[in-house]
Amino acid sequence: MPASRVMPTRESADLIEVVRDLAARELAPRVAKAEEDEDFPRDVFTTLGAMGVLGLPYPEEYGGGGQPYEVYLQVLEEIARVWSSVAVGTSVHVLSCFGLVGFGTEEQRRAWLPDMLGGGLLGAYCLSEPHAGSDPAAMTTRAVREGDEYVLNGAKAWTTHGGRADFYQVMARTSDERTGISCFLVPAGAEGLSADPPERKMGLTGSPTATMRLDNVRIPADRRIGEEGGGLRIALAALDSGRLGIAAAATGLAQGALDVAVDYARQRTTFGRPIIEHQGLAFLLADMEAAVQSARAMTLHAARLKDLGRPFGREASIAKMVATDNAMKVTTDAVQVLGGYGYTRDFPVERHMREAKVMQIFEGTNQIQRLVISRALARDAGAPIGVAGAGQD
Amino acid sequence: MNIVVCVKQVPDTATERKLRSDDNTLDRDAADGVVNELDEYAVEEALRLKEAHGGEVTVLTMGPDKAADTIRKALAMGADKAVHLVDDALHGSDALSTSYAMAQTLKKIGFDLVILGSESTDARTGVLAAMLAERLGVAQLTLANKVEVEGSAVTIQRVTDYGYDKVQGSLPAVISVVEKINEPRYPSFKGIMAAKKKPVQKLGAAEAELAADQIGLGAAWSEVTEAAAAPPRAAGTVVKDEGDGGVKTADFLSSKKFI
Ligand SMILES: Cc1cc2nc3c(=O)[nH]c(=O)nc-3n(C[C@H](O)[C@H](O)[C@H](O)COP(=O)(O)OP(=O)(O)OC[C@H]3O[C@@H](n4cnc5c(N)ncnc54)[C@H](O)[C@@H]3O)c2cc1C
Ligand SMILES: Cc1cc2nc3c(=O)[nH]c(=O)nc-3n(C[C@H](O)[C@H](O)[C@H](O)COP(=O)(O)OP(=O)(O)OC[C@H]3O[C@@H](n4cnc5c(N)ncnc54)[C@H](O)[C@@H]3O)c2cc1C
Repeated sequence: MPASRVMPTRESADLIEVVRDLAARELAPRVAKAEEDEDFPRDVFTTLGAMGVLGLPYPEEYGGGGQPYEVYLQVLEEIARVWSSVAVGTSVHVLSCFGLVGFGTEEQRRAWLPDMLGGGLLGAYCLSEPHAGSDPAAMTTRAVREGDEYVLNGAKAWTTHGGRADFYQVMARTSDERTGISCFLVPAGAEGLSADPPERKMGLTGSPTATMRLDNVRIPADRRIGEEGGGLRIALAALDSGRLGIAAAATGLAQGALDVAVDYARQRTTFGRPIIEHQGLAFLLADMEAAVQSARAMTLHAARLKDLGRPFGREASIAKMVATDNAMKVTTDAVQVLGGYGYTRDFPVERHMREAKVMQIFEGTNQIQRLVISRALARDAGAPIGVAGAGQD
Repeated sequence: MNIVVCVKQVPDTATERKLRSDDNTLDRDAADGVVNELDEYAVEEALRLKEAHGGEVTVLTMGPDKAADTIRKALAMGADKAVHLVDDALHGSDALSTSYAMAQTLKKIGFDLVILGSESTDARTGVLAAMLAERLGVAQLTLANKVEVEGSAVTIQRVTDYGYDKVQGSLPAVISVVEKINEPRYPSFKGIMAAKKKPVQKLGAAEAELAADQIGLGAAWSEVTEAAAAPPRAAGTVVKDEGDGGVKTADFLSSKKFI
C-alpha cells in the first residue's frame, strides 16, 4: 500500500500522484530485469528530467522547480519504493548541482545551471578516492593552476554514473594543506577524462559505479566553483543534503519491501490460515511498519529544518543512519516473511536486501554518521525552537 | 483550431467498485477517481494537433465536484482551459442524457474538433462519440489510431478486425481514439504549477440550458433494479493426457464454442 502523506500544497500532492503513476507504469515493469542485466536506465532519467524531477529542489530562476526538500524527498521516496537505483541516481544528480547552486558566481549559475537542472543532462559527484573514502581530506587528486586553466590529475573512486554522466563535480587538492581542496565542474567530454570499467557490485546493479581517471585534464579556471581551498566545505555541505536524499531512498526501498511482505503474508497460508494471522509473524510485520514510518518521520523532520534555513546537519546524519539501518532490517525481515521464496531471485526482496546494504555505506558510512552526531552532542548547546512561517503570528 | 477533449473521471479500476444501495448507480465516492485511461490518449492527441496546427485545447468534463481533480490533470498535461458541467440534477444520467447534456454544452462553447476516448472503463457503453456527432449534426470518425488534419479535412485510420479503414470527414467533427494512437505524456511539475492558473468554467444545468426532463436518473430509459456480485469462479476442468489430451482439449473448447 502506498504510504499516507501530508503534502504542503495541492501541486505537490498532484506531483506525488504523477510520480506514483510513472513508477507503476514505467519503472515497475522494468526494474527486475534491468537490475539483473546490470542495465543502466538512462532514458528513465530523461523522462524524470522532462517532468522536472531532476531540478526539483533548486530555484526556479535557474530552471529548477523551487520546491522544498520536504516535497523533493517524498518524490524521491516514491521512486525508491519501486526502483532504488533510479532514486539514488536522482539524489546523486541533485548532489552534483549543489556546489554550483550554493557557491557559484551569478555568471557561472546563469551559464550552466539551466542545462544542469533542465533535465537533459545527468551529473556525477567525485569526492571519494581509492584510499580516501571516510576521510576525504586524505585525497591526492591534484589541480594545478596554469595561466587561466587548471590541470587535473588523479583518480576518483566509486563515482555513481561514472562514464555515463554529462558533467562531474570534482574535488581536487590545490595545496598541500590538509584542507587545501577545491571544487571543479568538469564536462564529460574533457580530454584526459576517462572511466574504468564499472565495479561489479552486490546490488544497485542498475546504477553504474566507476573510477574516473583524470589524466592531464585541462579546464578553464572559471570552472572552479567557490574559492580556491573552499572545496571541502562545499563537498561536506553537499553531503548534508545528499544524506537526506539517501535517507529518503532507503525509506522508499524499505516501504517497497514491506509492501511485498504484507501482500505475501495476507495470501500465504500455513496451519490453515494466512501467515499474517500468526502473531509471531504479524509482530515482525508490525515492527517493519514502525521502522519505515520512523525513518520517514525523521527524514522529513530534518528536511523541514533545512527548508526553514535552520542548521540540520545533525538531523540529516540521524535520518541517514536511522533510515538506512531500518531499511537493512526491514528488507532482511521481508526475506524472512517470504520464507524460501524470499531467498530466490523470483521475488524482489532478496534484491531489496542487497540494495539496502550499500545505503549504510555511501554518503558517509553509518559509523561516520555516529561520529557526526556525537561530535554535535559534544559541541552544540540546545537548539532553539523553530516556528514555520515565523513572523506571521 | 478549437479542440474540445471530453474527459471523464472514473473509479480507479485497481480498487473495488460498488453500486450505491439507494439507487443502484455507481458509488463514485467509494473509490478514488482517476482519468479514464483512454481520455489521456484523447488529451495527448489534442495537444499534438494543437502543437502542429495551433489553436486551443479545452477540456470538457461532466461529473461531480471531485472530477475537478481529473480536470487539473488534463490541464497539467497542457490543455489551456476547462469547462466543468456539474449539477446534482445530472446524477444518474444514462448515455442518451449524457450525450444530450454534453452536446448542449458543446454548442454553447463552440468547437472545430471534439475528441473522446472510444470507451470509458466504468460504464463502457462506447456510444458517446456517435451520439454526440448525431446530436451536433457533424461528421463522426470513431476508433481512430491515427488522425490527420489538413485544411478543413480530417482523415483517420479506423481500427477494424482486419486492419484499418481510412475515413475522411470535414470539420467540425467528432473523433474517438483508441490507445494505439499515441503515448500520453506525463504532466511535468511546471505543467502542474501552470494548471493552477488556467481557467475552469463551472456550468450548472441551468447555465448550460439543459431541460430538466432530459437529464438525471428520472430521464433514464432504463433502470438498474437489482445487482449482485459475480459468483466466484468455479474450479477449472483438468484434462489428463492419456494419449488423447489433444482431442479432449479440442472437445472441451468446442463444447464452449471457442472453436
Ligand atoms: C555503490 C557506491 C556508490 C558510491 N558513489 C559515490 C559517488 O558518487 N561519489 C563519491 O564520491 N563516492 C561514492 N561512493 C563512495 C562511498 O562514499 C565510500 O565508499 C564511503 O564513504 C566509505 O569509504 P571507503 O569505502 O573508502 O571505506 P573506508 O573509509 O575505508 O571505511 C572502512 C570501514 O571503516 C569504518 N571507519 C572509517 N573511519 C572510521 C572512523 N573514524 N571511526 C569508525 N569507523 C570508521 C567505516 O565505517 C567502514 O566500515 C560510493 C560507494 C559505493 C559502494
Ligand atoms: C452501474 C451503471 C449502470 C448504468 N446503467 C445504464 C443504463 O441502464 N442505461 C444507460 O444508457 N446507461 C447506463 N449507464 C451509463 C452511464 O450513464 C454512463 O456513465 C454515461 O452514459 C456515459 O457513457 P459511457 O461512460 O459509457 O461513455 P463511453 O461512450 O463509453 O465513453 C466514451 C468517451 O466519452 C467521453 N465521456 C463519457 N462520459 C463523459 C463525461 N461524463 N464527461 C466527459 N466526457 C465523457 C470520454 O471521452 C469517454 O472516453 C450506467 C453506468 C453504470 C456505471
